Amino acid sequence: MSKSKEKLKHSIPMPKQKPEDRIHNFNEVASGYTKEQAIAEAERCIQCPEPQCIKGCPVELDVPAFIKLIKERKFDEAIQKVKEANSLPAICGRVCPQEEQCQKFCTLGKKWDPIAIGRLERFVADLELQKGIQLPPLSKRTGNKVAVIGAGPAGLTAAADLAKLGHEVVIFEALHAAGGVLMYGIPEFRLPKKVVEAEVAYVEKLGAKVRTDALIGRSFTIDELFKRGFDAVFIATGAGLPRFLRLPGENLGGIYSANEFLIRMNLMKAYRFPEFDTPIKVGKRVAVIGSGNTAMDAARSALRLGADEVWIVYRRSRNEMPAREEEIENAEEEGIQFKFLTTPVRFIGNEQDWVKGMECIEMKLGEPDESGRRRPIPIEGSEFIMDVDTVVIAIGRTPNPIIQRTTKGLETTKWGTIIINEETGQTTLEGVYAGGDIATGEATVISAMGAGKRAAKSIHEYLMKKRKSTRK
Amino acid sequence: MQKTECTRVLETANTYKVLAKEDLAPQIKLMTVHAPDIAEKAQPGQFVIIRVDEKGERIPLTLVDWEKEKGTITLIFQEVGVSTRKLSTVAVEDAILNIVGPLGNPSDIRHYGTVAVACGGVATAAAYPIAKALKQSGNKVISIVGARTANLLILEKEMKAVSDELHISTDDGSKGYKGFVRDVLRTLIEEGQSFDIVYAIGPPIMMKTVCEVTRPHGIKTIVSLNPVMVDGMGMCGACRVSVDGKTQFACVDGPEFDGHLVDFNLLIKRLKIYFPDERKADELYQNTEKNRHE
Repeated sequence: MSKSKEKLKHSIPMPKQKPEDRIHNFNEVASGYTKEQAIAEAERCIQCPEPQCIKGCPVELDVPAFIKLIKERKFDEAIQKVKEANSLPAICGRVCPQEEQCQKFCTLGKKWDPIAIGRLERFVADLELQKGIQLPPLSKRTGNKVAVIGAGPAGLTAAADLAKLGHEVVIFEALHAAGGVLMYGIPEFRLPKKVVEAEVAYVEKLGAKVRTDALIGRSFTIDELFKRGFDAVFIATGAGLPRFLRLPGENLGGIYSANEFLIRMNLMKAYRFPEFDTPIKVGKRVAVIGSGNTAMDAARSALRLGADEVWIVYRRSRNEMPAREEEIENAEEEGIQFKFLTTPVRFIGNEQDWVKGMECIEMKLGEPDESGRRRPIPIEGSEFIMDVDTVVIAIGRTPNPIIQRTTKGLETTKWGTIIINEETGQTTLEGVYAGGDIATGEATVISAMGAGKRAAKSIHEYLMKKRKSTRK
Repeated sequence: MQKTECTRVLETANTYKVLAKEDLAPQIKLMTVHAPDIAEKAQPGQFVIIRVDEKGERIPLTLVDWEKEKGTITLIFQEVGVSTRKLSTVAVEDAILNIVGPLGNPSDIRHYGTVAVACGGVATAAAYPIAKALKQSGNKVISIVGARTANLLILEKEMKAVSDELHISTDDGSKGYKGFVRDVLRTLIEEGQSFDIVYAIGPPIMMKTVCEVTRPHGIKTIVSLNPVMVDGMGMCGACRVSVDGKTQFACVDGPEFDGHLVDFNLLIKRLKIYFPDERKADELYQNTEKNRHE
C-alpha cells in the first residue's frame, strides 16, 4: 500500500488527559487538535463531489468546504463557513454525536476511519475564541420583536439566526445563567463553561439580549409577551422534570435525580464547596441507574468527587445503551463499572434514613418493544443486594408543564410535549413556535439546534408575510 | 434598541436593589427589594428563589408582601446558615444578584367561612399574605401565632390587622398562652369553635402536630411545605415530598398540599440531608467574617 493511502486510513487521535490523572480533576478531558494535527486530518478529506456528510448534519453544515479551508490554512474563513450554519461550533465540536451524524456518512468511513469532523469543527471554533470573535454581516433591522423562551441549544440557535436576519430578539432564561443543559447538565470536564459563556456572548454580539431570572408562565405569560409588543414567540424550554423509578425507599437521603446531581455540580459548582455555597454529597459506592449520556456524566462526576467505586446499572445490555460510544469508552477508561441486565427493585436505608443498599433483580432480553429495543424481563429469584451509599437516577425527564398550564390554546401530546408542525415548528397558536426537547421529547444538543434553525426560518417567513399583509 | 414595553423586561432585570432593611427579632430580618416584574405577578402562597452573589446557593423565600405601584417585594428571613447570613449583609442600596419568581402555585383563596391561620416562628411571614387575602375574601379569620419566646414573635400587629381574632402562644409563656399553637387550636375546637378550613404554616413538626389536631375533626388543613430546593421550577426534584403516597415536587405541584396526606416524617428527614455540610460551611463563613472584621 502506498504511503499516502496508509495516511488516509487512520484519523489523527485527539490528545486526552490520562485516565489516572483526569479522575482527580474537573478539567477538560480532551485538549483539542493543534494546527498541525488539524491540517493533517483535513488533508485526509477526499472532497467528494457529492458529499454525504452534509446529509447527516441536522444544521446542514457545509463540511467539505470548511475542511478544505483548514487544509489551505485559511482558518478565519473556515470558521466563518462553519458559522453560516452553526452559531455554537465550539459546543457542537465537543458534544455532537458525530459518529451518528456527519461522520456516519463519510465516504472514507466505509473502509477506514471517517474524517474527525467534530474535532476539526472544535479546532476552528476554539482558535477563533482565542483570537476574538468576528461578526458576520447583519441584515437591516426589521423592527420585529421575537421572544425566545429558554437559552439552551434550541433557543440560542434560533436567537442567533433571527438576530442575523435583523429581528430584535430577547431570550428569556429561567435560571440565573444562559446555556440551558450546556450549563447545568453537561459537566465541565466534557464542556468547559467558559466555552459555553463565549458562545452565548457571540449570540449576544449578534444583537440578541438575554433576560435571566424569567420563568415564562410565571414571571410573564405568553399572552403577556404579545401584549408587551413581541410579534412572535419561540418556546425552547427543554427537557424538564426528572423521572423517578417509583420504588420503595426512593426518597431516602443519598438518592438524587441526575438533574439535581448535575445542577448542583455544574451550575452551582458544588464540586468547589465550601468555596461555593451549594453542597453535594457523594459517598464511596455509587450506583447510577440508566445508561444515556446523562448517566455517563453523572457516573464520571461521582468518580471525580471522590467515590471509590461507581457502577452504571442498566436493565438492558451494552448493545442497547443510548450513550455515545465515545462517552462509554471514556467511562470505561476511568474505571466506571457496568452492571447490565440489572434493575433496582427497592432502596434500603440506614438508621439515619440514608441509602445503604439497593435490592436489584437480574433481567433477560425478550422481544423488541415499541422502541425497537429488546424488552427486558425480570428473572424470578435472581434478586441480590448491592451495597451503595449514593444513587443517581438517570432514566430521563418529562416536559415541564408550566407554560402549557398557563397558555390557553397551546395543545400538547399525552406525554406533555407541545404539538408542533414538524417542518415549521408552529404550535397550535398563531405566532407561537416550539422546538427542541419540549416538542420532541429528549434528544441531542444538535437536534435541538436543528429545530431552532427551522423555527427561526419559519418565524422569519411568518413575520415577513404578516408585514406585507399589514402594509397592503 | 428602541425603548418599548418589550425591552423594559430587560431593564427591570438584575437590579434587585435592597430599599429597606429592618430587624424584626433577633436573627430575623425584613427586606424590601426592588423587583417590579415579581411585584406585578405575586399572589399569596407564592415564593421566590434568590441567589445573593456569584458563589451563592439558590434558596427559596416566601413572598410576604408586594406593592405593584412601587415595584417592590418584601422578604422576611431568619439567619440560619451561610446563604441567609450573606443575605443579611446586603446593605440598603446594594443589590441581590438574582431573584426569580413568583414561583409555585398561589393559595386557593376563596370564601370558606371561618378559617384558622395557625403559624409559628419566621413562617408567620409566609402566613401573613394568606391571612390577609382570606380576610379580604370575606372569611372570618382566626389567627394563632406562635413563637419560642416573646421576642421572637413577628408581624403581631400586621396579623392582628387582618384577623378577626388573634391568639398568641409562646413555648415559655413569656407572652400569651404558654404552650404550642396546636394547643390553642385544640382548645378553640373543643370550646365549640367550628372551622371550615385550617391553614398551618410553620416548621414541619408544627404543621404535623396541627394536622393531628384537625384530623379527628375532619377539618381540611392546608400546609405550605418548605423542602430543600435548587432551581425551584421543576428541574431537580430535590424538593420531592410524599403526598397520599405519591411523590410530588413542592416547587411545581405545591408548595401547598392537603396536610392530612403529607408524609411529614419524610419531609423532616429530607430537610436534614445537608445539615452537617451546612453547619461546617456556616462555621467556616462565620470564622472568615470574624477574621475579616478583626
